[in-house]
Amino acid sequence: MRALFSPTGVRWLAAMSLLLAAFVTGCSTVAEIGTAVGQASGMMTPEQAESIKRSAAAVEKTFQDITPEQEYYIGRSVAATVLKAYKVYDNREAIEYINVLGQTLALASDMPETFGGYHFAILDSDEINAFAAPGGLIMISKGMIRCCTTEDALAAVLAHEVGHVENQHGLKAIRKGRLTSALTILALEGAKQLGGENLAEVTKAFEGSISDITSTLMNSGYSRKTEFEADRSAVIVMGRVGYNPEALVSMLHEMKKNLKPGGLDFAKTHPDPDVRIAELRKQLGEESRVQVVPSRQRRFEQAVGGI
Amino acid sequence: MSIRLGLCAALTLHLLVGTAWAAAPQQMSVQVRNGQVRANPSFLGTIVAPVAYGDSVRVLAEQAGWMKVSTPGGKEGWIHGSALTTKRIVLQAGAKDVQAASGDELALAGKGFNSEVEAEFKAANKDIDFTWVDRMETWKVDPKEVQRFLKDGNVTPGEGGAR
Repeated sequence: MRALFSPTGVRWLAAMSLLLAAFVTGCSTVAEIGTAVGQASGMMTPEQAESIKRSAAAVEKTFQDITPEQEYYIGRSVAATVLKAYKVYDNREAIEYINVLGQTLALASDMPETFGGYHFAILDSDEINAFAAPGGLIMISKGMIRCCTTEDALAAVLAHEVGHVENQHGLKAIRKGRLTSALTILALEGAKQLGGENLAEVTKAFEGSISDITSTLMNSGYSRKTEFEADRSAVIVMGRVGYNPEALVSMLHEMKKNLKPGGLDFAKTHPDPDVRIAELRKQLGEESRVQVVPSRQRRFEQAVGGI
Repeated sequence: MSIRLGLCAALTLHLLVGTAWAAAPQQMSVQVRNGQVRANPSFLGTIVAPVAYGDSVRVLAEQAGWMKVSTPGGKEGWIHGSALTTKRIVLQAGAKDVQAASGDELALAGKGFNSEVEAEFKAANKDIDFTWVDRMETWKVDPKEVQRFLKDGNVTPGEGGAR
């Protein structure tokens, strides 16, 4: 039963319906789907098969067709594009601290393993901002760290970003249709090095994808639904690790105080902190206090307190 | 029409067989650059064997997101499910593989958005600098460090802990 409702099962059902529909109407869809068989049995020339397969394969190429390896390359270019606008805060102690904290959270997520792993950087900026590039390259501004008064609060910010990675929000921001031509070429030309024309087309789709993601991250922002989803994932991960999820609410209160109306940071790209808090209350229930644990607080202040 | 019917039957059979395989995967492929097979279903477990991108492992059991697998070298241990895919990853694709790659069951390693495409992107966007991205990737944290960090900060794992 489980298999029937799995994504594979749904796809299978969809394929079967398509097949049946094609069979009933006797249209060319059957031939399109069955080109491999057709070619193998010598019913059509490779050229015919090629052109038919191209149109058949061009159906519904979405973010789900992006392999983790490709997600990794998208993430690298997204991060590099973000870093065009920001300087990295080059402080070894702070960098080590957020990487250990971030990795701790990532390991407790539903996607602890990505192709290239999770890595965290601090942006030398007073803006209140954070970015998660696909595959796990996460960047958080000094201004954002200043919204955190405890390690638990900083964990909340990082867990929210891990939530974006885990739910593949970046890849989902790629415009529909952007990948179709590129992934179709890849499916057909995969064995050999891409020729000039094909390489150019795949690169075009790549550049377009990077631009879709970075403009979402830096300008338009995700939908409320998407941000709520990342908040929900953050609460789950924090609970698993042992941080108090209520710290996400404390951080949002602090952020509300620090955000400048009309700012180009979270003021522009994220729902108002009060809106996020209201949504979080549904998940967290009654408000509770975040206990300050001395050993935790000491290392937090030591590493990023003066940032 | 009868030829089409034959095609249809062949394809249906293929889909049925494919689905049965996907429902209970016996073989899975490593989809991360470097994977570790561990003695227990935990990131804190001792590493039994490293596995590399594209390695095919045999799945023996599943437990809370972890897979017990047997490696190509015959070692047995646990690896997190997010490091594995039911797709077969082909490192050096031949013409036959490429035909199959338009289906869902196969991925061609190193193809698509890859280092070659990144190089093209870099050439067209000379103002975008990858220095820090490359440096970020060198910042690695061992699960043992995570364990120490949790202990020192008195962070007590909740449901499932740092799995």
